[in-house]
Amino acid sequence: MAIYVQSEDFDLSAELKQLTANTASTIGAVVSFVGLVRDIIGETSLTALELEHYPGMTERQLAAIEAEAHQRWSPIKTLIIHRYGRLHPGDQIVLTIVASTHRATAFDACRFLIDRLKTDAPFWKQEETTQGTHWVASREEDNQASARWKNKTSTNLE
Amino acid sequence: MKILYFSWVRSKIGLAEETVTAPNRVNNVASFLAWMETRGPNYADALANPAIVRIAVNQDYASANHPINNDDEVALFPPVTGG
Repeated sequence: MAIYVQSEDFDLSAELKQLTANTASTIGAVVSFVGLVRDIIGETSLTALELEHYPGMTERQLAAIEAEAHQRWSPIKTLIIHRYGRLHPGDQIVLTIVASTHRATAFDACRFLIDRLKTDAPFWKQEETTQGTHWVASREEDNQASARWKNKTSTNLE
Repeated sequence: MKILYFSWVRSKIGLAEETVTAPNRVNNVASFLAWMETRGPNYADALANPAIVRIAVNQDYASANHPINNDDEVALFPPVTGG
């Protein structure tokens, strides 16, 4: 279990290698999710993204999400990295990785981590576009994706 | 208590954080929010639509009847948009 909240970029390949080091006999599947900064929002073009967060609560909420994943799908290995600060189109924002014995668990747990992170981790995006600066509004789809995990151990794409 | 503000709640209130002593009648989230709205037009404006303001007490999300006292760290912010 590991959580990093950082301004620096990350290297998926290096993180994946580190997570699975010395576990060759038990790990048969690794699923990762990487979130990127999009450059088009509706009809405007994004120039930069400022990611604010609540230091302390961020780590606390991510740890709670990770702990819940371990409770549901044990044994798994997990990593969450989320960046903050000033980002630009194409930059990596977030990484979640789950390593497990079989693929179904790795897919489910990885999706759980990112779905719950979206609604529980205290980050806020401010977009700077060609038409001005504004705070991003939360999306109802994200609330539904997170809520679906309440009574399920697996969720299918709709 | 220490109160922290984030995102547009911070912009509307005009502060990132402050340390205040709440009156005795403030004992839970509901009474805390009712008191906060009376502290000035900037507070009333930031808290005008409760549906889009989240509250955390000691870094955990809290509902209306969650207790609050003057030793707590309280935070007010919009629905989160990370990931």
